[in-house]
Amino acid sequence: MKPVAFDYERPATLDAALKLLAREDIVVKAVAGSQSLGPMLNLRLVQPDLLVDITAISELTAIREEKGALVVGACVTHGQLEDGGYPDPTRGVLAKVAAGIAYRAVRNRGTIGGSLAHADPAADWVSALVALGAEIVVANPTGRRAVAAEQFVTGVFETKLEPGEIVAEIRVPALSPEARWGYVKNCRKAGEFSHATGAVLVDPARKFARAVIGAVSGAPIAVDDVAVAAEDPGEAWVAGRLADTPLGGDAYQVRIHHVALKRAIREASPP
Amino acid sequence: MKNLALTVNGRKVTAAVEPRLHLGDFLRERELLTATHLGCEHGVCGACTVLLDGKPVRSCITLAVTCEGHAVTTLEGLENDPTMAELRDAFSAEHALQCGFCSPGMLVSARDLVLRKPDIDDRALRIEMSGNLCRCTGYLGIVRAVRRVLGARKKRQG
Repeated sequence: MKPVAFDYERPATLDAALKLLAREDIVVKAVAGSQSLGPMLNLRLVQPDLLVDITAISELTAIREEKGALVVGACVTHGQLEDGGYPDPTRGVLAKVAAGIAYRAVRNRGTIGGSLAHADPAADWVSALVALGAEIVVANPTGRRAVAAEQFVTGVFETKLEPGEIVAEIRVPALSPEARWGYVKNCRKAGEFSHATGAVLVDPARKFARAVIGAVSGAPIAVDDVAVAAEDPGEAWVAGRLADTPLGGDAYQVRIHHVALKRAIREASPP
Repeated sequence: MKNLALTVNGRKVTAAVEPRLHLGDFLRERELLTATHLGCEHGVCGACTVLLDGKPVRSCITLAVTCEGHAVTTLEGLENDPTMAELRDAFSAEHALQCGFCSPGMLVSARDLVLRKPDIDDRALRIEMSGNLCRCTGYLGIVRAVRRVLGARKKRQG
């Protein structure tokens, strides 16, 4: 046993979970698949008094289609998204991103909501959901609020989640038949965290064109510009976008982020 | 302490466990099922991979207490599994192990892959198996062993 001693509860309802998470006298952490929190616990980087397991809350485990969006519960695993078998207005994009996350044994436990709440800048959903123009629905004791994915992650392991709040679901807008998607990450070993991520979605049907530079040691950089999404903006442009990040001025980092973005743009280009 | 009831290799098990006890330690130290190896203990090396409800998971970053009501299968529980028998033979024939530390996790992942993706190509096979680290073989023997089982199964199915 490597973690500090902690208590554990597995409430069956969201209300019960939020009540536990609202406690201010002790350190409480929500946990789903524990594929990010598990290592942090074993390394004692996180030392909670209480873990609240949210995987028994049925409303957080569903995938449904609703008003032109796919609504994915926070506790849906990457493996479930990879395997398909759900109505998919994202035209396979979520499945493709999910299939590239870590390893199958991790995907069988790790959840989309957990990955977002953990907010490692190099994580796949952190960049991909921004490129898709998704919304993160957050639950708290007074109700729910939606946060645009590009606003949600604010820094390294930092999000718009307030104390006592959890991610409830993720709303991913449908992709039209004309939509083009590109997603590329630079990993030296298959399955490791990304060193540089590029993601592009061009969907003329809803006048959406976004390019994302991810894994930048902070919040992903989203640029809504149809020209950038259509054609490689060049290394100098990428250097400009990275200037205010911890990677700014690092020629190697600029190069790999440029290449990731360039390849994502190429992937999203019409054949 | 939390009361825990689960199935381990088809056997009903109950125990009182500390919430911080991970499944790998539970299997090794309480159930004395030592085929499951613990390497990095942060989800990277794959040595501790076991089946939870038939799907491979990392036992080192799965808390035992979260397995309440679920079924865990370790390498010991796959002794009479026909696919595992084929993989054991293939691992031996292709020199897919040397020290054997990674082998339990490697075999559990390989079995899942063989059953889940019978038509996989070599590049995808390497990517699928990349969650299990081996420091002896250089992976060539492992890829060949998995390929041998995939080929034999395909041949049998005509």
